[in-house]
Amino acid sequence: MSAAIEVVDLTMTYGDLRAVDGVSLSVAEGEFVGILGPNGAGKTTLLEMIEGLRRPVAGSATVLGLPAWPRNPALLPRIGVQLQASSFFDRLTAREQIHTFAALYGVSARRADEWLERVGLTEKADSRVEDLSGGQAQRLSIACALVHDPEVVFLDEPTAALDPQARRNLWELLSGLNDSGRTVVLTTHYMDEAEALCDRVAIMDHGQVLVVDTPAALVQGLDAPTRITLADGEVISTREPAAEIARLAGEGRLDHLQVQTGTLEDVFLSLTGREYRA
Amino acid sequence: MSTPFLALSRAILRGFLRDRSAVFFALVFPLMFLVLFGGLFADQSVGKVDMIVVGDVSLIDDQPEGADATFDATFDVTRSDDLADAIDQVRKGDADVAVEQQGDTVVAHYTQTDPARAGITAGALQALVDGTNLAVTGEPPTYALETRSVEDESLDAIQYYTPGLLGWAVAMSAAFGAAATLQGWRQSKLLRRLQLAPVSTRTVVGARVSVTVAVAIVQLAIFVGIGALFFDLTLSGAWWMSVPLIVVGTLCFMSIGLLAGAITKTQEGATNAANFMVLPMAFLSGSFFPLEGAPQWLRSVANVLPLKHLNDGMLDVMVRGEPWTAGLVPMGFLAVFAIVVTLVAARLFRWETA
Repeated sequence: MSAAIEVVDLTMTYGDLRAVDGVSLSVAEGEFVGILGPNGAGKTTLLEMIEGLRRPVAGSATVLGLPAWPRNPALLPRIGVQLQASSFFDRLTAREQIHTFAALYGVSARRADEWLERVGLTEKADSRVEDLSGGQAQRLSIACALVHDPEVVFLDEPTAALDPQARRNLWELLSGLNDSGRTVVLTTHYMDEAEALCDRVAIMDHGQVLVVDTPAALVQGLDAPTRITLADGEVISTREPAAEIARLAGEGRLDHLQVQTGTLEDVFLSLTGREYRA
Repeated sequence: MSTPFLALSRAILRGFLRDRSAVFFALVFPLMFLVLFGGLFADQSVGKVDMIVVGDVSLIDDQPEGADATFDATFDVTRSDDLADAIDQVRKGDADVAVEQQGDTVVAHYTQTDPARAGITAGALQALVDGTNLAVTGEPPTYALETRSVEDESLDAIQYYTPGLLGWAVAMSAAFGAAATLQGWRQSKLLRRLQLAPVSTRTVVGARVSVTVAVAIVQLAIFVGIGALFFDLTLSGAWWMSVPLIVVGTLCFMSIGLLAGAITKTQEGATNAANFMVLPMAFLSGSFFPLEGAPQWLRSVANVLPLKHLNDGMLDVMVRGEPWTAGLVPMGFLAVFAIVVTLVAARLFRWETA
């Protein structure tokens, strides 16, 4: 498989601050990649350089074989973007909104309506965007990013500021996005989200990508002990969970038992030496 | 499926029409001023003088043929026999002058409250006395006076206020529209989003400008329509030149709005900055009152303001009866102003609000 996105040594500085510091990353076609990191890690700046919104200080970003900077009108119809803020036209209804975006890409209104249905907003089609809930607005925003069926999609923190229920609902929509071979790049500061959705995760901190791998490989490589939490609150940390659980079973203490292997939070802790705080 | 240009224009127009405060300040608010000023100053010429004739005043009663026509045009006469009551009415302002005759002397009791009326009263009565004296001698008059009215510089209120208030209305909606759009779209990242859509900057700017220009032309139509229907507004020959003038004026004030949007960080800040630039300019440019009486230095300041040139150009072609070429110099000034301010705004614009 050829690379949909090729990022080499990409750097962005604001004064003395190195917002993105020599990042290299390769994303294959059809892959779902998450860029994970706390707020201020440089995720959005990195994404905006790959999208071609910002001129990098150094390094290069190539999308579908074409340089991202300067703005390339031939590339734009092949990528879809959802920016961090809800970038909508004021006071338009959901349907008018997506019809407008469809027209910008030369897509028919019928196909725009299909997208509205696919993100579950048909009933809200005549509501103004100002009256949509946070989750509905994000769905509309994603539909607007996908209305022209792009080959590569960039989603910048699509679930930020959503309540847990709305976040889970959105995951269902997001997880199917790369089914048809589409490449998806998403930023998030939620560990569980990256774990649930992404084929590979790039963990970012202070402008640098610390590690890129599948969530499973990251956790396995961690060599962290397994934590067993018992009903009475006792926590057992062990490197041989099978033997330990067998012992607990013998003592009849399996009720309400929770077994937890390492998480991406542990990966972050081991990489940076500090607790992960989104 | 519509073209990107049409889709964007429609989206912007819908956004405007659904923004009640924007519609109010672009259309209703200036119209309120037009109706107010049109009604307030409709009868600015001094009306007839209310005269109470007490008892027999032969000077007035026995006027020669022809002279009474002039007299009737100046005075509204009522009769009374009670001098004290008549003088009291004058004092209260219910009448302008009470006239009685004592022998060969005509005594006029009048009020100085309105100097213009007082002057007319005294002058007209003196002329009547002089004329009657001359007639009594039987001599023919040596000199004669003939008056001819020309299209004078001082226009009727509605003729003056329609172009001026229209200029202000267009300036306001163009500047506010551009300022709020630039700030709002920057903050919602819609500008960024459009940058990543396969549409050119020209298309986006063109759609925004087209909507504002269309709104300005609707403003023109409504102002002229209401002025003509309710306040006897009469347009002069080259009035059609007001259309290109309004278009260039709109561009000019959009550039001012862009500047306001570029130097501020919030949408409220942007509209405040636009207001700060446009409202004082409206006062200095004669939108609300003529500048003829203003001191010279103030008029010099006004001459560098684009709204002054827009208003002057509109007055010239819409009501002063100047040829269409009178609109060219103001258009040139406005165009140059627009280009310079747009370039400054572009230099000051920052993508990031931080």
